[in-house]
Amino acid sequence: MRLVAEDLSGERGGEPVFSEIGFALESGQALAVTGPNGSGKSTLLRVLCGLLPASNGNVRVEGGGDAFTTPAAACHYLGHHNAMKPALIVRENLDFWQRFAGESDGVLSGQAAALSVMEALAAVGLDAIPHLPFGYLSTGQRRRVAIARLLVSFRPIWLLDEPTAGLDKASEARFAGLMKAHCSAGGIVVAATHSPLGLEEAGELRMGASSPFPQGAG
Amino acid sequence: MLALFRRDLRLGFRAGGGALTGVIFFLAVIVTIPFGVGPDLNLLARIGPAILWIGALLASLLGLDRLFQADREDGSLDLLVLESDRHMLALTVLVKCLAHWTATALPLVIAAPLLGLFMNMTPAGIGATALTLLVGTPAIAFIGAAGAAVAVALPRGGLLISVLVLPLTIPVLIFGVLASYGAVNDPDPFLQPFLILAALTLFLAVIGPVAAAVALKHGAD
Repeated sequence: MRLVAEDLSGERGGEPVFSEIGFALESGQALAVTGPNGSGKSTLLRVLCGLLPASNGNVRVEGGGDAFTTPAAACHYLGHHNAMKPALIVRENLDFWQRFAGESDGVLSGQAAALSVMEALAAVGLDAIPHLPFGYLSTGQRRRVAIARLLVSFRPIWLLDEPTAGLDKASEARFAGLMKAHCSAGGIVVAATHSPLGLEEAGELRMGASSPFPQGAG
Repeated sequence: MLALFRRDLRLGFRAGGGALTGVIFFLAVIVTIPFGVGPDLNLLARIGPAILWIGALLASLLGLDRLFQADREDGSLDLLVLESDRHMLALTVLVKCLAHWTATALPLVIAAPLLGLFMNMTPAGIGATALTLLVGTPAIAFIGAAGAAVAVALPRGGLLISVLVLPLTIPVLIFGVLASYGAVNDPDPFLQPFLILAALTLFLAVIGPVAAAVALKHGAD
C-alpha cells in the first residue's frame, strides 16, 4: 500500500504553517519529519490523519483494501497526549483501545496480527505492571503504555508525534526495534522527531519555519 | 461500543469521576427548600414535583462539561474522532451520553423518591415524579452533549454549557412537571404529557448526538 500526500498545505487559526509538501511512502518505508519548533510538524501529522482539514492539496491511501480506505481508518495516531485514563489500570486502558479500535488483522500479505494486551506490554517492557493505575506511572512508563496501544490493534500506518519524548535510552532502542518490525511487516511510519529515530533507511522531511521546501522521501 | 460504555461508566464511579457530585448537589437543593419555604405541608406537597424536577435538571447540568473535556485533555477525543470510519461518531457520542446518564442521572432518579419525602409528597406523586425523571433526564444528557461538544475547547466551559443548554431543556422540564402533576391532581391528564416527554427524549436522542458529532468533527485543532 502507499501513503501519498500531494501539494499539501496546512494552517492553524488562519495562519499558514506549511505549504506545498508532497511525498509518497511505500509499504515498509519510514519518514522522519524534522525541523525547529513551530515549523508545523505536529500540524502536518494532524492533517495527514485527517484531524485537521488541509487548506490545500490532499492525502490518500492507495491499495489499502476494504479495511483501510482513508488515512483516518488506516493510521494509528500517537500525539503529545497518551490518550489513557489515569483512574483506570494499565490493562483496562489497553483493553479498551483494543476493543474500540478492533484488532483489524492484516490485510496485507504476511501481515503480523495484532498482539494481545500482555504481549504488547511485554514488547515495551512493562509486563510487570498491568495492574497499576495509569496515573501512578512515570512519564516514560506512560509513554511506553501509549506505544503499546499501537501494537494491540493493527493499523498499517503509524503517525507518531515525538514518540520518544520522556523515554530512556534503552526504551528508545526498543521502540526503534518495534518501528523496524512494523516496517519490515509492510507498515509505514511517519514520525515527527527531534532525536534520531534509529531507523537507518528512514527518509527525512525537513520543515523550516520560514521557508518550507518540499522534498521527496524514501 | 460496549467497551466505551463500560469504560465511561467505570470512570464515572471511580475517584474523581464526579458521579456522586450531582446527587449531593440534588440533596443539598431539595433539603434546603423546606427550610426556606416554611412548615406549610400542603404548599410543600404542591410544589414538590416541580422542585424535584428543577433540582434534577440543575444537578444533571453540573457534570456536563466533563463529558468531552476529560477526553480532550488526555488525547482520547482525537482517537475517538479518528475511529469515525469504523464507529459512526454520532453513535460514539450516543454511547458516551448513555454512560454519562447512567453514572450521573440514574442516581438522581433513584434518590428522587427519598427526597420526595422531604417535600411531603404522596406516594403516587413520588412514583410519577420518579418515572418522569427516568424518562426525561436522558433528554437533558443528549441535548447537553451538543452544548458540551461546542464548548469542548474552552477551558472553563461549564457555565457556558449550562447557559447554552438550559433554554433547550425547558420543554423537557415543562412536560415532566406537567405529567407529574397529572398523576396527582385528578382532572389533569398524566398520559398525554408523559408521552410527549417520551417523544422529546427520543427526538433529542437523534438530534443531540448528531449535532455533537458535527461540532466535534469541526472543532478539532
